[in-house]
Amino acid sequence: MKSSRKKEGQMKIKDMLENKSSRRSFMKKLSIAAAAGSAGLVTGGCGSLESSEEMGLKWEEYFKKNYRLMTQEEKDETVARLERLFKLRMDENIQMSNQEPRENVLFGYAFNISRCKGYMDCVEACVKENNLDRKAKTQYIRLFEMESGKLDPTSGDGKYHHEVPVENKFYMGVQCYHCENSPCTKACPTKATWREPDGIVVVDYDWCIGCRYCLAACPYWGRRFNWGEPEVPKEEINKKQHYLGNRMRMKGVMEKCTFCVQRTRQGKQPACADACPTGSRVFGNLLDPDSEIRYVLKHKKVFRFKEELGTDPKFWYFID
Amino acid sequence: MITSPKKGIPAFISDCTRWALSGGIGFKVYLVVLLAVIGVGAFSYVKQFQEGLIITGMSDIVSWGLYISNFTFFVGVAAAAVMLIVPAYILKDKDLHEVVIIGECVAVGALIMCLMFITMDMGGPLKVWHMIPGIGLFNWPSSILTWDVLVLNGYLALNSLVPLYILYCNYHNREPVGWKYKPFVFLSIFWAVSIHMTTAFLYQGLPARPFWNNPLLGPRFLASAFAAGPAVIMMVLIVIKQKTRYPVDINIFFKLKRIIVVSAIINLLMLFSEIFKEFYTFTHHSLSAQYLFFGLEGHDSLVPWIWTAIGLNIFGTLLFSFDPTKCNPRYLMVAAISLFTGIWIEKGFGLIIPGFIPSPMGEVVDYTPTSNEILITLGVLATGVLVVTLLIKPALAILIRYKESNA
Repeated sequence: MKSSRKKEGQMKIKDMLENKSSRRSFMKKLSIAAAAGSAGLVTGGCGSLESSEEMGLKWEEYFKKNYRLMTQEEKDETVARLERLFKLRMDENIQMSNQEPRENVLFGYAFNISRCKGYMDCVEACVKENNLDRKAKTQYIRLFEMESGKLDPTSGDGKYHHEVPVENKFYMGVQCYHCENSPCTKACPTKATWREPDGIVVVDYDWCIGCRYCLAACPYWGRRFNWGEPEVPKEEINKKQHYLGNRMRMKGVMEKCTFCVQRTRQGKQPACADACPTGSRVFGNLLDPDSEIRYVLKHKKVFRFKEELGTDPKFWYFID
Repeated sequence: MITSPKKGIPAFISDCTRWALSGGIGFKVYLVVLLAVIGVGAFSYVKQFQEGLIITGMSDIVSWGLYISNFTFFVGVAAAAVMLIVPAYILKDKDLHEVVIIGECVAVGALIMCLMFITMDMGGPLKVWHMIPGIGLFNWPSSILTWDVLVLNGYLALNSLVPLYILYCNYHNREPVGWKYKPFVFLSIFWAVSIHMTTAFLYQGLPARPFWNNPLLGPRFLASAFAAGPAVIMMVLIVIKQKTRYPVDINIFFKLKRIIVVSAIINLLMLFSEIFKEFYTFTHHSLSAQYLFFGLEGHDSLVPWIWTAIGLNIFGTLLFSFDPTKCNPRYLMVAAISLFTGIWIEKGFGLIIPGFIPSPMGEVVDYTPTSNEILITLGVLATGVLVVTLLIKPALAILIRYKESNA
């Protein structure tokens, strides 16, 4: 079971280029969850099939503002439009939130290197929770398997494909580190990505122009681009969504880990931390002195990846 | 070609259009071929527009490819017009003043290519209005990309409007008024340096990519551009000398050659300095250079390209330095083509792709552009050539007429 799960989790970009022949059958099997929220002009194509209501909604969506400039009323309106568009296209109801950051919250994450055994439950949970593109096999989280004596994912194997745990190997999970001094947000020419007051670095998918400068600027490879139209089987779509989080993306935009903003702003754990069978993942509020993350930072030997770049990540590694 | 003098903007436009399109059967064939290449490129772009950038060879690891490589190189070509503008307008060099307009036309063509390449590379080209200040949200001054948008469009405006004004005056048989355009000429000189440095800073400012994060990148951009750009202009001048009756003095070739030799030697010196730094003490940060020059973990798709580029670079530089033919156009053409091609590969592919390899997580993959991507690129290049042709033809017609009526 573990191995099949891993196969699904493998990030193989070449696969999607090579598997073009099987795409047709793939598309038949799955109903395509095309991006309901994308500007109609951008998706293009099926104009004659669209109802006038759908056209009108897409038109309004195309001319809406950057999320950060919207009033609360405008945020509610766009969320309502996106829910309606999804209903029109997929005949399913979704609940999209635009919940704001909570006061006195700054999210932080710690990863226990000595506990992780490389099961990849976190990867699978993340893919499901965040509606990640199944066709391109997008993953926000990657686990690197390393030999003893080498504490650097760049020398590890990010594509391991065998039964775990393995003697004398250890694992490091990498994902977006939600840097305080984030090079990606600095690079974006349209302010389509920014750091929220609770420390989550988010992307306004509808504002992103797809230049990929943020991807080049990230020293941790924390960002993913939608090279084609993302696809998720209809029955697998997570319908509890957030505007800045796991709502359906569209082709030509960046996306990334959002610390599961749709969950964590409601006080829940991110999907990866919830799914971890070994308890290697610690997530919490850095401003709460009684939180587990604060305990880890105070009592464990912690370090951060590529500290010399001065990015100030909110993601620590520690050893028991 | 010489018509009775007419006046006003409509006459100027109609005459220019006529001059741009008139020509023999050879010229007509040339235009049709360019239009065909543009058509194929446009068709491929429609496919990319519908399906997304997935039809290119790019991936999350090598996330910029052929488009951005060419963009980077042609910024250099655009800036090279300044190497004619400085001697022509500032040092009052009579010979180069005759051909400065050609340099400006080449700059306009190169800039149009740059802007097209950027657009082709965007995931959401219809959302480009998000970047327009006022209606969009312009992340200035934080994002270097916004600086690049400003300097490229500004340089395009300067390089279009100054020659347009001069030609418009000449068309009406008037001497252009110095104070009306000279300030903009001075501005364009600084601006040319700025489009280079800003484009270099796009890459240079990213600590995530050690291959680019190198203070020599900007200056080296300038040096290579001041060699490759005048080489393009020289190629265009040779064609003009052979195909039109516009007089191109042999002295112009001597002077251009001198500019090219100095820049090419400085470029090679800086290349040597970079290679020394990467390989004398091999660090983790030298892996990209290792990939580029020798291959890494069995991936070596760029190795033949970069050595070809360096060979052409040295060969072209030597041809220009030791010219036994004393500016024979055929000899110069070979020299210009080899230097231009060498710098094209090196500043395009050789600079952009290795910046992504290995990825920040240490992964090594090869990047191979797809046929769609290549066709789109060829379409943009053909558009640039077409623009340059259609600008130079009426410009020369006006200058010839102006000279003859004032002879």
